[in-house]
Formats: sequence, structure tokens, C-alpha cells
Amino acid sequence: MAFFLAQILTGLANAAALFLVASGLSLIFGVTRIVNFAHGSFYMLGAFVGVTLMDILPGHVGFWGAILLTGLAVGLIGAFVEIVVLRPVYRAPELFQLVATFGVILVIQDLALMIWGAEDRLGPRAPGLRGVWRIFGEPVPKYDIVLIAITPVILFALWYLITRTRMGTLVRAATQDREMVGALGVNQAWLFTGVFALGSALAGLGGALQLPKGGADLLMDFNIIGSVFVVVVIGGMGSLPGAFIAAVIISVLNVFGVAYLPQSTLVLMYVVMAVVLIVRPYGLLGREEVAGEHGQVGAPERPIRPYGARGRMVVIALLAALALLPLVADKFILTLMIDVIVFALFAASLHFILGSGGLVSFGHAAFFGGGAYAAALLVFHTDTPMELAFIAAPFAAGLLALGIGWFCIRLSGVYFAMLTLAFSQLVWSLAFQWRSVTRGDDGLVNIWPADWLNATAPFYYFTLAMGVGGILFLRHIIHAPFGYALRAGRDSPRQAEAMGINVKRVQFAAFAVAGAMAGLAGGIFVFSKGSVFPTELEIAASFDVLIVVFLGGVKTLAGGVVGAAFLTGVEDWLTRLEYWRLILGLLIIAVVIIAPEGIVGSLRTLWVRIRHIEEEEAK
Amino acid sequence: MTEILRVENLKKSYNGFLAVNGVSFSVQKGELKALIGPNGAGKSTCFNMLMGQLKPTAGEVFLDGERITGMAPRKVWRRGVGRTFQITGTYQSMSVVENVQMALISHHHRTFAILPRAWRLYRDEAMGFLDTVGMTDQADRPCSVLAYGDLKKLELAIALAHRPRLLLMDEPTAGMAPSARIDLMQLTADIVRDQGVSVLFTEHDMDVVFAHAHHIMVLNRGELIADGNAEQVRNNPHVQEVYLGGGTLFKEASHA
Repeated sequence: MAFFLAQILTGLANAAALFLVASGLSLIFGVTRIVNFAHGSFYMLGAFVGVTLMDILPGHVGFWGAILLTGLAVGLIGAFVEIVVLRPVYRAPELFQLVATFGVILVIQDLALMIWGAEDRLGPRAPGLRGVWRIFGEPVPKYDIVLIAITPVILFALWYLITRTRMGTLVRAATQDREMVGALGVNQAWLFTGVFALGSALAGLGGALQLPKGGADLLMDFNIIGSVFVVVVIGGMGSLPGAFIAAVIISVLNVFGVAYLPQSTLVLMYVVMAVVLIVRPYGLLGREEVAGEHGQVGAPERPIRPYGARGRMVVIALLAALALLPLVADKFILTLMIDVIVFALFAASLHFILGSGGLVSFGHAAFFGGGAYAAALLVFHTDTPMELAFIAAPFAAGLLALGIGWFCIRLSGVYFAMLTLAFSQLVWSLAFQWRSVTRGDDGLVNIWPADWLNATAPFYYFTLAMGVGGILFLRHIIHAPFGYALRAGRDSPRQAEAMGINVKRVQFAAFAVAGAMAGLAGGIFVFSKGSVFPTELEIAASFDVLIVVFLGGVKTLAGGVVGAAFLTGVEDWLTRLEYWRLILGLLIIAVVIIAPEGIVGSLRTLWVRIRHIEEEEAK
Repeated sequence: MTEILRVENLKKSYNGFLAVNGVSFSVQKGELKALIGPNGAGKSTCFNMLMGQLKPTAGEVFLDGERITGMAPRKVWRRGVGRTFQITGTYQSMSVVENVQMALISHHHRTFAILPRAWRLYRDEAMGFLDTVGMTDQADRPCSVLAYGDLKKLELAIALAHRPRLLLMDEPTAGMAPSARIDLMQLTADIVRDQGVSVLFTEHDMDVVFAHAHHIMVLNRGELIADGNAEQVRNNPHVQEVYLGGGTLFKEASHA
């Protein structure tokens, strides 16, 4: 019984930092509609800044003063990021901003590495709170008790700020109707900056507060972002009490998981999240999100068209060049091209549901990695011939997508994105923790292609045929009635339903097709590398492909493919440099600001403009 | 005459507030019937319950004798009910004619086809419907650049593509220029006459209503206060009170 209670207390203490970070994310999303991937980075910054300040400032006042100062400092950094990076792209298409926040993650990672070095820092003990108190004979760290006491105070303070002050009123108004608040003469830009700064400050506070328990390291950002999203979604986007309850549930469950079911720790919270979302699609205390049927900003869309004669010539020329490549290129180039094609197919599969269906999936790596693992497991455990195992990859991924899609498709918008993220984490943790089958992070190795493909050039042709075939297949579907129905459901679900189209079923089928194609890419991938590791299923892998699609251009058919080629090429060249993340991050941010329509979209706009000028001159 | 639509004691309450309170009426085959009423009377709520966009709190809806209460919009559509919306919801990423083709693809149960090219399917048929509403010259323009009145016409063409038995039009002429309103309603009246479609529409413009509707229903605060021909409605003291606080109304409108 006493042990039980001690466990609960530990869980409650862990909830403190989690709640702080999650409440910040929830606030930012509620007002600005930005899904801030970089929120974990602010948490990490909080930890590092906190450690540094605590070194400088002495004693009681120093410790607690350092925590407050850290909040302030990270808040200022957040304001800076919002003004420089996000303000220019608010008008960009929906969710485009998240690409920018991903750029911010990369930049902060390398800056932290430059400033604080690669070594983990131990957090100082809180002065006067070093020991333990005995509660029913069980030792409970004093600092834990303090954290448990602090959290409700912070919740209350935030609640007071939001419901009882003028700023809170504006924030709540902006959550409901941004335009109206702007029309009432409120300076929306500064309101956004303020909220973003507050949210970042909360994340920074969280990072500093957890120092005596956890310390600071460079992996903190990705380690927490998953749990934070889970908490926000379980609690309900935009609900502070919801975030609090969810943070407590998740933290307490985690502690018990560690004690009683160590294999389950990574899966547990995603299982909870999936269950909550299936029972209550908008979280425990969240409200239904009203999808903006007519709230589209940006340039009006033009109908998609198959390529004309000129476009087709370019594609054929490109394919011919790719087919002739092995005659001139060396092994290195061919291997790089295999990577490009695999990634292009992966990106095209996400682009299919994202561009045509408006379904933003945060967990598409589950199907890529799922396909790769399916093939690898068959080869590894049952010595299945490569050809058969390869065919199994898209089927297994398609089945996985049917299973995951069945739960996810009933949601929409950010909740859909979050549930896909949860399921992909579930798949990842399976691969990571079910060691007897997947060998965990040792990965599955020696997964080589059949003899007739076991050289660079033959495998290159194999990749070319499968990859290009998959991409063309997806393009064909986009132009077919099914693709049109998918776009109809995105453009106006209400009209589509009033036209006999079962929007959810169309989306479900498209989700499965996209999953199968991602699995195909995964199948090629695993045989090209000869191995597969859980990293292919990580959140970062899902984000990579999402970024590629946004960079290439969501509303252009070639967007995914071009973005993938661009990023793979750039990454290969950049990763030789020491601070490549910094450069890549800045590059991504630059593209986002300069070319909000994506690479292909912006090129097209430029092309149209040139044509226009030529025509004018011809007159 | 036989009835195509019968509504019995329809109710919708939002947290205890009765937006629609026990409305009963019927629409006859080949009839052009208007549902009018002041702002907030419950017209759109009523409409949304007919085709399943909203679930009624109580009451029943019958289409040609079949119970369709609370049925999903797409199922009601399959049974031959077309609808246009107060705020148009055409597909922005498609051209004008492709919008009609989409309706035809669904009409012919080809939504899940992945082999044919969609823009080749039923194009001639779609052009025919665009011709009916006089929009063939705009067929290949992107939907996103259309004028509002043209969007309304396009919506009508989309609805007609399914050859509906009953057409529900929610404020079909809202936001249009006066001359265009008359044109659109004349077009609708022609369709009713030529194709035997029944039409139920809500409208704010009394010129339009009294010039074209065969029968008129008046909704006020969620209750039906009149149901009859133009003459009966015009002379109904209750209606006059609602609209003008007792003064005479619609006299001018009558010679439109």
C-alpha cells in the first residue's frame, strides 16, 4: 500500500514538467492554430539555460530565481522565433507553418550543441530539498512533494490569466474567431507573439523545473514531444484542465508501467491516447473542432491537369536519363539515386492523401517502416525468398493502414494527425521493445536481395521500375474518379455528402492505398540497405516526409517527388559538414518564407508570370 | 396530386431552445413551394433536417411514403433528393464542368473507379446540364474564379445532374443582382414544369416568392403560421402581423 502511494506521488511529480510543456503547446495551438513541433526544443532550451543560470546564481534565491529567469529567457526566444520565422508565414496554406517549426528544431539542436556541447548535464539538487521524506515508511524525494504542490498553483494561475484577465479574454476570443478579434481593433500580430512567448516560457519553465530530477541533454526535445502531443490530445486541444488531468494520468501510468510492466513503457501512453480518442474523439475536455468550410486563405486553387505535350516530354526525357544513368554513373551516384527514388515514392504516397485528401498524417513512417519490417521479418525468421518478402511489404503496410485508418479516419484535422502519430509510435515501440521478434534497436540485418538483383546496377533498375511505377500509379489514381472524389471530400465535405459520396469511406480507401505505396517504398528500402532499424519508424521519419511534401508543394502534383529529390540531395551533401542541422534548418525556414507555395508551386507561379510578360510583349 | 414529401411534427431543440417546434407540411409532386419567414425563424434548421445534415429532436420525414428521418445526406440523395446550399459548396479545385461530372460519376456509382480518366467521363452529359442553366461558355474555367450568381447556377446544374425527384434550395438567389434572381427563379420554374421536379425553397426576396411559388409556407419562431397559395398567405392576418406588425404587406410584390 505504501509502495503504491509512493508510486502515485512520483507520477504526480513527473506530471509537473509535462503539464507545463503541454499547456504551452495547447495555448499556442488554440490561438494561432500552429502545431508547434519545436515545443520540445523550448523545453530543452529551458533545461540548458536553467543549468547555466543555476551554476551562476547561488543558494535558495539563486535556484528558484534561475527557474523564473529561465522561463523569461525562453519566452523571449519564443517571441523572437515567432516574429522572425512564423509571422511571415501565417497566411500560407494550412499547417504549412509546422514545416517552419521543424526548421526551428534543427537550428536549436545545433545551437545547443555549439553552446553547451554534446555532454549530458546533471541538474543541481534544489537547495534545502535534497533528502527524502518518509511517507508510510517509503522514501519520497522532498523535491517531488514540492513539484506536486507547485503544479496546481500553476494551473490555477493560468486558469486565472485566461478566464479573469483582459489578455485572457482576448486569447479566448482569438481561439474562437481570429478575424473578428482583428476586426475589433486588437493587434492580432502582437497577440500571437504574446501567446507564443507565453507558451514557450511555460515549456522553458518545465525544462528548468525538472532539472533536479532529470538534467539536460540534447535528446530531450524529441523525447518529450511525443508525450506532450499525447497529453494535449488526451486532454483536448486548448483545454488547460484537460492537459492537467492528462499529464497526471500519463505520468502516473508511466510510473506503474515501469514498476509492473517494463516492456510496455513506450507503448502505454499511446494505447491510452488511442482509447481516449476512440471513445471521445476530441479528448477528455476538448470540444469539437469546427472545420473551416470556407476559411481557405491564399491564392484560389486551379484545377489539376494532366501534363501537356511539353510536360510529358520533360518527364520522358527525365526517365530516359534515369534509365541511362548506370552507363555513366559510379556506384555512389547510383546508391544515392536509389535513396532518392525510394524517398520520392514514400513522399508521393503521403502527398496523395495530404494533397488530394487534405489528410495530414503525422505518422506515415509507420507504413514505410511497417513494409520494411514485414519484408525483413519474413526473410529473417522464415528465410522467405526475397521476391515473396518484397511483395509482402506493400500488402502488410496496406493492411496496417486499413487497421490504423479505421480508427483515424473518423477524426479530422489536428486530431486525425495526432491519432496517426499515436499509432505510428505504437508501431515504433513494438519494433523497439518486442526484442524477441524484432531484435529491438539491434535491428534486423542481412536482408539482402535475391542473387539476380544483388549488385548496384540491377537493383537500381529494380528500384527505378518499382518506384516510378508506384508514383505513376498514384498519379493515375489522382486523375481517376476515385481521386476526384477524394478531392471533392477535401474541398467541401458537405457538398460531397449531399452528392452521394461517402467521404469517410473514400478517405479510408485512400489512406490504405497510401499506406500500401509507402510500404512498397519500405520494401525497396530494406533490400537496398540490407537492414532495418526502429529509427525508420520514429516520429522524425514521419516528420521528414511531411516536410518534403510541404517543401515540394502540397497543391502541385509533382510536389512530393520534387521535394524528396531536393531534400535527399541536399542532405547527402550537407551531412558531411559538422553543423549540418543548423544549415538545413535555416534552409528549410528560408524556403518556407520565400516560397510558401512550395518549390514546385513557386516555380509554376514564376513560370506563369514569365509567360504573361512574354505575351504582353508580344502584343 | 400526390405528395412527394411529408413532414410530421418536426422538432429541433438546442439545449432546450426550440429552433423548430412541431412543423408539419407536405410538398406535392410537380410543385414549386416556398418556405419563408423572418431571420432566425428556423428555415435553414428545417431544411437541414429534411436531408439529414441535422438530426431532428423529434418528428418524421417521409419521401414518397418512405421514412427518411435522420438518414445520412448521401442516402437521401440516392433516393432522389437534390439540394443547393445557402453558402455554395462547390469544389474549388475543379473546373466548372468537372463539378457537374463529379455529380454524374457519383450518380453512375463510379466513385471508386481508378481506371478511367475522370475528366473524360460523362463530359457531354455534363455539358448538357450546364446548357440548361446557361453556363456552357464557362465550362472550363476554374470554379474558384466564378461570380457568385454563376456559382448558384452551377449548384443548380450539379443538383439536376442526379435527375432529382425533389429539389431543396436554400436561399437560391441570396447575394444575386435583382435581374439575375428573376432569371434563376424563372429557370427553376421552367425545370419544375418541363421535368416534373418538385422544388421546395427558402427565400428572402418576396418578389421572387410571390412571382413563382405555387404555394407558400410562413415560418415564425420555429412554428408554421401559414400554408397556402399567394392570395391566402397575403391575406393571413397572422402573417401580416409577423412581417409588418399589422400593416398590409406584399401588395406591391403581387404585381411583380
